[in-house]
Amino acid sequence: MARVVVDVMLKPEILDPQGQAVANALPRLGVNDVSSVRIGRRIEIEFDGEPDLDRAREIADKLLANPVIEDYTVRVADAAEVA
Amino acid sequence: MRIGVVTFPGSLDDGDAARAARLAGAEAVRLWHGDPDLHGVDAVVLPGGFSYGDYLRCGAIARFAPVMESIIDAARGGLPVLGICNGFQVLCEAHLLPGALTRNQHLHFRNRDQWLKVEATNTAWTNGFTPGQEILIPVKNGEGCYVADPATLDRLEAEGRVIARYINGNPNGSQRDIAGITNEAGNVVGIMPHPEHAVEALTGPSLDGLGFFTSVLRALAGSSAAGSQAGGQQ
Repeated sequence: MARVVVDVMLKPEILDPQGQAVANALPRLGVNDVSSVRIGRRIEIEFDGEPDLDRAREIADKLLANPVIEDYTVRVADAAEVA
Repeated sequence: MRIGVVTFPGSLDDGDAARAARLAGAEAVRLWHGDPDLHGVDAVVLPGGFSYGDYLRCGAIARFAPVMESIIDAARGGLPVLGICNGFQVLCEAHLLPGALTRNQHLHFRNRDQWLKVEATNTAWTNGFTPGQEILIPVKNGEGCYVADPATLDRLEAEGRVIARYINGNPNGSQRDIAGITNEAGNVVGIMPHPEHAVEALTGPSLDGLGFFTSVLRALAGSSAAGSQAGGQQ
């Protein structure tokens, strides 16, 4: 299968209130050594033929991420992920 | 004058926006997200709601609706466009307005009557207000926190493109208390609170919202008068 994985994260300078809420909940689990949590999004795209990173980058830039507030990375899934 | 109101799957406030347009004296024309034809409208309102279920990001999928391709072209040509709440998010996603709207800083949905101070009154949608005028209209959002990089915020302020700021409390953490902005030409305006819910004493906290709709009618009357005047000189 021709899977491309796109990871979208808020830019470091953009406040992530969801991540903060999760970080603030961690002490309730007894976890006290975490200084920060940031929440992003993982998107898996299946191409019919060969994985096309350029097309995936275009999709990410136009739709999957908002470059005003988010950064993204694009990579071909490795065999272990696809299995 | 004909004001188009777009309905996306998940729009909520299209009915109220159409009603506000009628109360202001316009003919309201309903536009469908899947139909690229703008049916000759003189202005467009993108209403509040949760277009496409807010999937991916608020407004991200609506931006690619067939009707939006037509609206983006027409807006670049000067068509007055007002985006309210989800409509503001759509305008930012479509790059007709700078910046983005993110999750409220405190994570809570906010639903209350909100005081605003109007700033820029040289736009198609705010020319009926006076600079510094304080107005009361409802705000209701979960992702209304306006963000942009500091250079963009500085430019918006230097160019007088902030149309309204929150006063007596910022409901969502928006940077510099920004509630609404306009594009360089002043024909495209986005605002997070809801003027269409403040157009009648029975249902709203004030009639202040009506000013947005009467403003665009005045702008359109002015531009058509200027047009016929120019025609007469030929």
